[in-house]
Amino acid sequence: MPQIAQIAETYSSQIFWLLVTFGFVFFVVGLGMVPKVQATVDARDGKISGDLDAAKAAFARADEVEAEYRARDTESRTAAQARVAQAKAEAAKASEAKLAAADAQVAQVIGAAEARIKAASDAAMSEIETVAAQAARDLVVKISGVEASEEAARNAVKAALAHG
Amino acid sequence: MAESGKIDPMHQFAIEPLFGTDHLAIGGFNIAFTNSALYMVLTAVVLWIFVIGGMKGQQVPGRWQMAVETMIGFVKNLLISNVGEAGKKYIPYVFSLFMFILLANLLGLLPLGLVGVHPFTFTSHFTATGILAIMSFAIVLGVGFWKHGLHFFSLFVPHGTPVAMVVPLFFIELVSFMVRPFSLGLRLFVAMTAGHVLLKVLAGFVINSANASPLLGLTVGSASFILMIGISALEMLVAVIQAYVFALLTSVYINDAENLH
Repeated sequence: MPQIAQIAETYSSQIFWLLVTFGFVFFVVGLGMVPKVQATVDARDGKISGDLDAAKAAFARADEVEAEYRARDTESRTAAQARVAQAKAEAAKASEAKLAAADAQVAQVIGAAEARIKAASDAAMSEIETVAAQAARDLVVKISGVEASEEAARNAVKAALAHG
Repeated sequence: MAESGKIDPMHQFAIEPLFGTDHLAIGGFNIAFTNSALYMVLTAVVLWIFVIGGMKGQQVPGRWQMAVETMIGFVKNLLISNVGEAGKKYIPYVFSLFMFILLANLLGLLPLGLVGVHPFTFTSHFTATGILAIMSFAIVLGVGFWKHGLHFFSLFVPHGTPVAMVVPLFFIELVSFMVRPFSLGLRLFVAMTAGHVLLKVLAGFVINSANASPLLGLTVGSASFILMIGISALEMLVAVIQAYVFALLTSVYINDAENLH
């Protein structure tokens, strides 16, 4: 086994070169370069966590804005609904008043027309009486040659008209 | 050793000085640049290049940068789950350790023999794994005594120990604590050695059976070859797992030093 057979001649060379090469590795690579690589990794980790925090903050802000928007939306919706209800009530009231006014006017017109009709039918009735009384006197004169009084003729017509 | 067509499965662990540096020395200690040292340098360079690719610092990472960041994130999670937030300061050390062992294991598995080069796995040498284990153990001791002073010895007396048991338990815990660097270093060395020996033995079966007769080559040889394919995949898994175990145990031990218990 050369490891044991050669130990006397080679141990010093082995130890010397191992210390030289491992010393180079430890001081140049381990102490000189590894911390720089680690600094890169740490910087990246820092950047990633910073970006994540910023994103989280932006998310929170967005949620806030959305909540605010929702609140404003609800508020304006309520306001609009109130306005609509108010306008509806006002319109109903106005149309009611207009209807009432129109009703009154129509009733007035109807009343006036009815009065006119009544006056006209009264006038027509009295005219018919007068004409009928005259016709009755003429008939009486023609039939009996007796002049009937105007009052009697009128009464007779009235009675005949009343009996239909 | 390789006479008469025999294949020595241990030869792959032999250390050979390269480029005529056999007698290079500091203060009487030989520091020849060996094939082992070459693979240590290769491992360090590959790891260096790998991490350079992750240094672009782009906010949206490319594949390579992502790979480097994933490996560092893996070590970071390992330390945080075992040690807690205080574990972050050990990321450079545990990352270096984990990647160094991982790449050493994987580079040693490369089928470079096909192009005539001999790959070498220096994590199959306890001289190398032992140093790594002792480094981790030294960090544990240093942090433990620096943070808790002599109070660190309370690590050896678990909570709720009856008074009569304090002294025996202290020694048992002390022994189990002192064994840690050995278990840490030996585990990696043994796993790597065993895997490579197994692959080399099977490869020897393929070659020797094919040389013996076509019939043996078709039966024993092809069966061994199929087995090798599966074991190669298993060895890649072992390479990753052993690196992970080394890093995991290091962070578990660091947790003891950081938080006692």
